[in-house]
Amino acid sequence: MTIVSDAGSEWELVSGLEVHVELASTTKLFCGCPNNFGSEPNTNICPVCLGLPGSLPVLNEVVVEYALRVGEAFHFDVPERSVFHRKNYFYPDMPKDYQVTQYNEPICSRGWLEIDGTRIGILRAHLEEDTGKSTHVGTTGRIHGASHSLVDYNRAGVPLLEIVSDPDIRSSEQAVAYVEELRATLKAIGVSDVKMEEGSLRVDANVSVRRAGSTEFGTRCEIKNLNSLKSLRDAMDYEARRQILLLEEGESVVQETRHWSEVELHTQSMRSKEEAYDYRYFPEPDLVPVAPTAELRAKVRAEMPELPAVRRARLIEEWGVSEKEARTLLGVDGLADYAEAVVALGAPGRDVTLWATQDVLAYLNASNAAVSLLDPATLADVLSMVRDGSISRNQGKDVLAEALAEEKRPRDIVQERGLEQVSDEGALIAAIDAVLAANADAVAEYRAGDDKMRKKKRGFLMGECMKALKGQGNPQLLNPLLDARLEG
Amino acid sequence: MAADPARLTRADVEHVARLARLSLRDDEIATFTEQLAVILDHAAQVSALDIADVPATAHPLPLSNVLRADEVRPCLDRAEVLASAPASEDGRFRVPRILGEAP
Repeated sequence: MTIVSDAGSEWELVSGLEVHVELASTTKLFCGCPNNFGSEPNTNICPVCLGLPGSLPVLNEVVVEYALRVGEAFHFDVPERSVFHRKNYFYPDMPKDYQVTQYNEPICSRGWLEIDGTRIGILRAHLEEDTGKSTHVGTTGRIHGASHSLVDYNRAGVPLLEIVSDPDIRSSEQAVAYVEELRATLKAIGVSDVKMEEGSLRVDANVSVRRAGSTEFGTRCEIKNLNSLKSLRDAMDYEARRQILLLEEGESVVQETRHWSEVELHTQSMRSKEEAYDYRYFPEPDLVPVAPTAELRAKVRAEMPELPAVRRARLIEEWGVSEKEARTLLGVDGLADYAEAVVALGAPGRDVTLWATQDVLAYLNASNAAVSLLDPATLADVLSMVRDGSISRNQGKDVLAEALAEEKRPRDIVQERGLEQVSDEGALIAAIDAVLAANADAVAEYRAGDDKMRKKKRGFLMGECMKALKGQGNPQLLNPLLDARLEG
Repeated sequence: MAADPARLTRADVEHVARLARLSLRDDEIATFTEQLAVILDHAAQVSALDIADVPATAHPLPLSNVLRADEVRPCLDRAEVLASAPASEDGRFRVPRILGEAP
């Protein structure tokens, strides 16, 4: 996608994303401490994750299985073996003064993900341990100006999978779509709860720009602190504009890490010291290589659920819903499972999709109820009554709302409220004849009038018929019957 | 032994010492430069061997897949752990002012 600068020249954004995903294992990567978000500080710690002398890390087998699921989902090669390294740096969030990570032999390499027909390459996905959480004490809560910091090591050692894309992304919209697809897929395969707001999915964006048509890569900056998809989009757009302006003024982009400020809406240099990048990686002597067996890989492959992209394609094909409708349905946890259960009771897929994403979703949002607890028969019954004409569409919406909120059976509500539509032909004709007899003038004007007059008089007569039927005439039957009587 | 251009220099030792947050005196830098160079020279003898057909060793033990079940084990008592720390506050480890963002 081309960006036109203020000076009128055309540029292209080039980006690769690093996505850190906290894996949802019960315990940490190398020790049996609970992997929980929101526990009291420093209650999930042990000698291993505190890096106490003499402790020995042992890899969690579930984490290996999760990494292999990710390998399947994104078409990765899984090398015969992968190896852990120590990444050495001094910072209080790592009590050991090194982070255990995978370096030149990651567990997954060379995968891809498709976004709207464009394939985004994924360079690698590697396992590593998360760091502790620092709180900066001082007036601003930021690192600068703090008097001291407090560290909670509950998160230290939580399993992370870092998924590194190729520089194949060409717009902030595409970056957002990539993260959305990644998130939906990771959630569907059950390896992470992917909550950006809780930090279980974190994104760093490498951004560079180049003249439209150029094939060379420009100098890139890495942007950190992107806590939402909105931040990702805003920060990338800002950074591209900043770099374009620099280059158009004859200056150059400095390769560096920049921090996105959600408050000030700009990126700023983090001014890390150069030597901080000398991590002196070396193989972790306390851990042996991981060599996933053919049996394990076959088991993981056999247990893979349907991926969101495949499911969307199936619903579009089988239910006749649009891409957008399918995305909305799959965008809400559990809503597609619910819709499939309603369809299994005989309701048409597209109707179910529309009602689920409008009426049912509105109820869920208003009530905070769990979709998994809803009885699929409720929506199936309402749709069946709307389809056979017993109640109108609008009545159906009211009935559904009441049935969901009061946990009542839709058919009971229809009976209680006396909503059942009059679909008996004899009763409808009797009502029409009575109305026509009582409004002979209108009928005469209708028959003699031009199109405009006919329309007006017909609307009046239809209203009178409905009034006579107390609003319960089935309009799908009433309309043609009225026309037949008027012409007769 | 002839002077090897790839031989460890004083600047290398200063750099590594800084990365390891070690404060060395001038005479220590000189001593360690000489001693570390001897060790590296010794290890460099391996490069005289033809090892094209030898697979890289990630670990001295011929083992892989040492794994544990994903089961919760008891954690340490927080009060006991924090009592061993130089300083604590609000159930957390208290550390001096941090000078920059995490790398």
